[in-house]
Amino acid sequence: MNILVCISKAPDTTSKITFTDGNTKFNEDGVQFIVNPYDEWYALVRGLELKETLGGKLTIISVGGADYEPILRKALAIGADEAVRIDANPTDSNQVAAELANYAKANNFDLVLLGKETINYNGSQVGGMMAAMMDVAYVSNASKLDVAGTTASIEREKQGGTEVLEAQLPCVISAAKGMAEQRIPNMRGIMAARSKPLNVIAASGAAALTETVSYTLPDAKGAVKLIDPENVAELVNLLHNEAKVI
Amino acid sequence: MNVLVFADSFNGSAVKAAHEAASYGAKIANGGNTSIVTYGEISESSMNELASYGITNILHANGINDMDPARLAKLVEAAANETGAEVVIFSHDYTGKSVAPMLAARMKAGLVTGVIDYPSTDGSFTVKKAVFSGKALAEVKFNTEKKVISLLPNSVGKTKTEASANVTVFNPDLGTSSVTIKEFKAKGGEGILLTEAELVVSAGRGLKGPENWGMIEELAKELGAGTACSRPVSDIGWRPHHEHVGQTGIAIRPNLYIAVGISGAIQHLAGVNGSKVIVVINTDSDAPFFKAADYGIVGDAFTVVPKLIAAVKEFKAAQA
Ligand SMILES: Cc1cc2nc3c(=O)[nH]c(=O)nc-3n(C[C@H](O)[C@H](O)[C@H](O)COP(=O)(O)OP(=O)(O)OC[C@H]3O[C@@H](n4cnc5c(N)ncnc54)[C@H](O)[C@@H]3O)c2cc1C
Repeated sequence: MNILVCISKAPDTTSKITFTDGNTKFNEDGVQFIVNPYDEWYALVRGLELKETLGGKLTIISVGGADYEPILRKALAIGADEAVRIDANPTDSNQVAAELANYAKANNFDLVLLGKETINYNGSQVGGMMAAMMDVAYVSNASKLDVAGTTASIEREKQGGTEVLEAQLPCVISAAKGMAEQRIPNMRGIMAARSKPLNVIAASGAAALTETVSYTLPDAKGAVKLIDPENVAELVNLLHNEAKVI
Repeated sequence: MNVLVFADSFNGSAVKAAHEAASYGAKIANGGNTSIVTYGEISESSMNELASYGITNILHANGINDMDPARLAKLVEAAANETGAEVVIFSHDYTGKSVAPMLAARMKAGLVTGVIDYPSTDGSFTVKKAVFSGKALAEVKFNTEKKVISLLPNSVGKTKTEASANVTVFNPDLGTSSVTIKEFKAKGGEGILLTEAELVVSAGRGLKGPENWGMIEELAKELGAGTACSRPVSDIGWRPHHEHVGQTGIAIRPNLYIAVGISGAIQHLAGVNGSKVIVVINTDSDAPFFKAADYGIVGDAFTVVPKLIAAVKEFKAAQA
């Protein structure tokens, strides 16, 4: 099976979020970047498990600048066979999805996996866009995935329950919690990753259709109002009369 | 301008978030037509309710019942063409997240997901959304004539009007489904859907064990609230996965979030910091959650929560 896993980088979950250039750019200074957890823990690891049982090859791909390479090396250390970096600095999801779909269409993948969203832009956009651009099936938010022959069996969380479904390969699946367990790369993996191929290819020049014009930080919260644990009724009173939420 | 709103349904009625999306769409249309496209089984009374938010037309694809996002995207595209919509609105929920990106790609429209406010339309069309898991807001501008927006539920509220809508059966050819639904396993229990709950009671590892959740469920029931939990609690199986909120779980923005025995790690806050009011109950006055809270009680959950249940009961009796 020929598997493609799309990888995004994201600031470490504890990063301080600040902006530069008149609040138009995320300030990367001193920020530690990680592989977007949904891409790494669920999409990549499940892809590797499928490859291990069914045979085949697993390629990881990112659309980004040279700053993406440590992230791709990390994913190679976890077990991917080779990495592709499409050289561009995308500014919206359409641009990312169009570049990825282009590559995926040209290289006959059976299965495209990616996380359900990134933890920085929280968009949940790229997978669905890719599937539409590739004209293949899309299943989002999958918490379970198995493949037999050309059929993918999937469970996905949705409103009010879990849906059990099947899709025909090739397809695009976005991964959520439950699909796999995080794998910590070992020393051998890290060493091996250094010599695995990381191919840089030119972007096709896909366009961004939206543009972030400014960032703001939310207003700081006022100080917490502490209530005496012996007088819990006061909390109910405040929630009703002051906060007006009950 | 003309606006189209996609309304998802569940058990024969439009989902709650669809009402807010309808009202949002009508405001944006600003005198233009606001249409709804919906599918599957949905009652007449539910359609009337949807219409009351200022809707002119409802296109009902009663011929499809499955939820193949590729087919739904084709349906919404056909409806957008039919109604001349310039803007298409989804709720940023499970269905919206899977269909909106497919539609945007098909229509070559810009897409902004998780929008939390009305667009500003003077000169350019820009919307606001939360980014970095709620730690910042971004102002995003569309560079396309056609626009797709998904609205984060419980962001703008809703306003009823006197409107009533024409309902048209609308079953365009959508081709065959690329997925086959085998089964739907409904979540057990009567509880309120967490994604729709206006009030949420949540608990963490401070509760010591799954056997202690009775009081959390009772408090939730008294308040008419949904229940949630921190990640370690769902990881060790004390609570079901779908209750896990946070950076790696679901993000919610209820009017009230009561956190019991949760430390308030940044990854947990990421899923709940959009809540309008946060109450924290924790034995440790240094727990980081107090910094994000509006109201706090430093105390033991095992004595505070039962008292709170009693106080809520008393309050309800006094209101009745
Ligand atoms: C990449 C990443 C992603 C993550 N994603 C998430 C996520 O999505 N959601 C999430 O929740 N976590 C997430 N985490 C984990 C997060 O960092 C915390 O470890 C977790 O939220 C802690 O859960 P907790 O507050 O229930 O437990 P603890 O941190 O153990 O806190 C328990 C709290 O209960 C209090 N307590 C103890 N006894 C009592 C009592 N009798 N009465 C009242 N209070 C009491 C304690 O003072 C303490 O504050 C993530 C971590 C990482 C690294």
